[in-house]
Amino acid sequence: MNSMNNSSPTLENRPKLPVYLDYQATTPCDPRVVQAMLPYFTEKFGNPHSRNHSYGWESEEAVEKARKQVADLIGADEKEIIFTSGATESNNLALKGVAHFYKDRKDHIITVATEHKCVLDSCRHLELEGFKVTYLPVQQNGLVDLEQLKAAITDKTSIVSIMSVNNEIGVIQPIAEIGAICRERGVFFHTDAAQAAGKIPLDVNAMKIDLMSISGHKIYGPKGIGALFVRRKPRVRMEAMIHGGGQERGFRSGTLPTPLIVGLGEACAIAQKEMGAEAERLKGLRDRLFNGLKAKLPDIYLNGDLDRRIPGNLNVSFAYVEGEGLMMGVKDLAVSSGSACTSASLEPSYVLRALGVEEELAHTSLRLGLGRFSTEQDVDYAVEHIVEAVTRLRAMSPLWEMAQEGIDIKSIEWADH
Amino acid sequence: MAYSEKLLDHYDNPRNVGSFEKNEGGVGTGLVGAPACGDVMKLQIKVGADGRIADAKFKTFGCGSAIASSSLATEWVKGKTLEEAEKIKNTEIAQHLSLPPVKIHCSVLAEDAIKAAIKDFRTKNEPSKSSGDKAAE
Repeated sequence: MNSMNNSSPTLENRPKLPVYLDYQATTPCDPRVVQAMLPYFTEKFGNPHSRNHSYGWESEEAVEKARKQVADLIGADEKEIIFTSGATESNNLALKGVAHFYKDRKDHIITVATEHKCVLDSCRHLELEGFKVTYLPVQQNGLVDLEQLKAAITDKTSIVSIMSVNNEIGVIQPIAEIGAICRERGVFFHTDAAQAAGKIPLDVNAMKIDLMSISGHKIYGPKGIGALFVRRKPRVRMEAMIHGGGQERGFRSGTLPTPLIVGLGEACAIAQKEMGAEAERLKGLRDRLFNGLKAKLPDIYLNGDLDRRIPGNLNVSFAYVEGEGLMMGVKDLAVSSGSACTSASLEPSYVLRALGVEEELAHTSLRLGLGRFSTEQDVDYAVEHIVEAVTRLRAMSPLWEMAQEGIDIKSIEWADH
Repeated sequence: MAYSEKLLDHYDNPRNVGSFEKNEGGVGTGLVGAPACGDVMKLQIKVGADGRIADAKFKTFGCGSAIASSSLATEWVKGKTLEEAEKIKNTEIAQHLSLPPVKIHCSVLAEDAIKAAIKDFRTKNEPSKSSGDKAAE
């Protein structure tokens, strides 16, 4: 890790610009992960399901080692890990698999309004099949109200799905408390941990989690691989979505992609070893970024709780400056906007709206994500350029002008368009 | 999204950013859009004694396409009579900047802003002047 901590970028061929500040979208593969994967593309190419020769055996051994590495990261048993193509498939399988298996007795699902699209869309799909879904609201800080969760659970509820960490605002849900409530009420608890695994300590037993989705490319592993933890005691049963050779305990047929799995395993092992130091370092960078912006720009607001948040995420509203216009002004920064002006809908982020962030502020937000290869130089560069762009755009913003003149923007009758 | 060079130029070097005093003689102000929709344009014209738009200014809260559309609009209205300026179509703005389909609304807003500024000018100024313009045409 020390070499990674160095202030100069260590990734070979990494272009200096644009500065990558979008670690919640994806992460680069750690070079150590790539090294671990390489032999499994060429000389160790065997099908891990081939039982009759050493090519198959060495692949199987690599897969099983990786399965253990994934399990260890979350305190699970390796028999409880199923490999999938990523967190989207894991979330689909968990929700649809459990809902379908228990449908004769239970037809109710609980999730949260700020979940990732693949959870919300799976739920919408289940609604079309006749399931009932409760979408819990969140509080202003982005966290679920546990009393509302308790009140929503009925004897018809089969599964509660609540993400560990939100992809836009980085807030950490009270997972252990949610797990305890679900276990007490006899309801399965699934958590989408794509943004949490490897970033914060997770223990499926201590937190009473029954199913957990993990993504490779969010933790410096390859894209196209993920995992689903499925508890064995008490046993969670699911209907498979992909049928075939019966791999992965019948839950997910298809030849396992050995190199990707080796990469995911290595990424988990590295994360487990370095999580503590990395979190500490990222928190320092995150604070440097936010404090740097706050020192030079008035009227900026953090979306989501600051303390109950992963260290590598900021989501900031820069009042009076539209997010997409701002992104164009910081061309040398790779960031993402909470404004959905790029889509035809003109709707700002549904996550920010669920927090109760007013629409005009939701349109002014940027997500700034830091990660393993972020440096102090990156942060200082970002502060300088964001401050410059916001200042320039505010000077041409009619809303900023009104605010400076003391005109309340809400007092104006705006026409819809 | 790939933007045209003309659009990027207007975003990087916007023309005529600023404000006129609203109640100054000859000034018409158009304020269109809404903060909740992510676009607000303020476009102002200053009409000279000859009835032509002598100067124009804008301020815009919005994406790059909205900023470029309003910047272009201020360029185009200058030197035109109100009747000529009124004829500027959003499609011309969209075409000039090569706006992608999801950004057409930005050009619509710019056209609305021009019309709103002209309307405001006419409301504030004696009807004889605008009817005089018409007679001259």
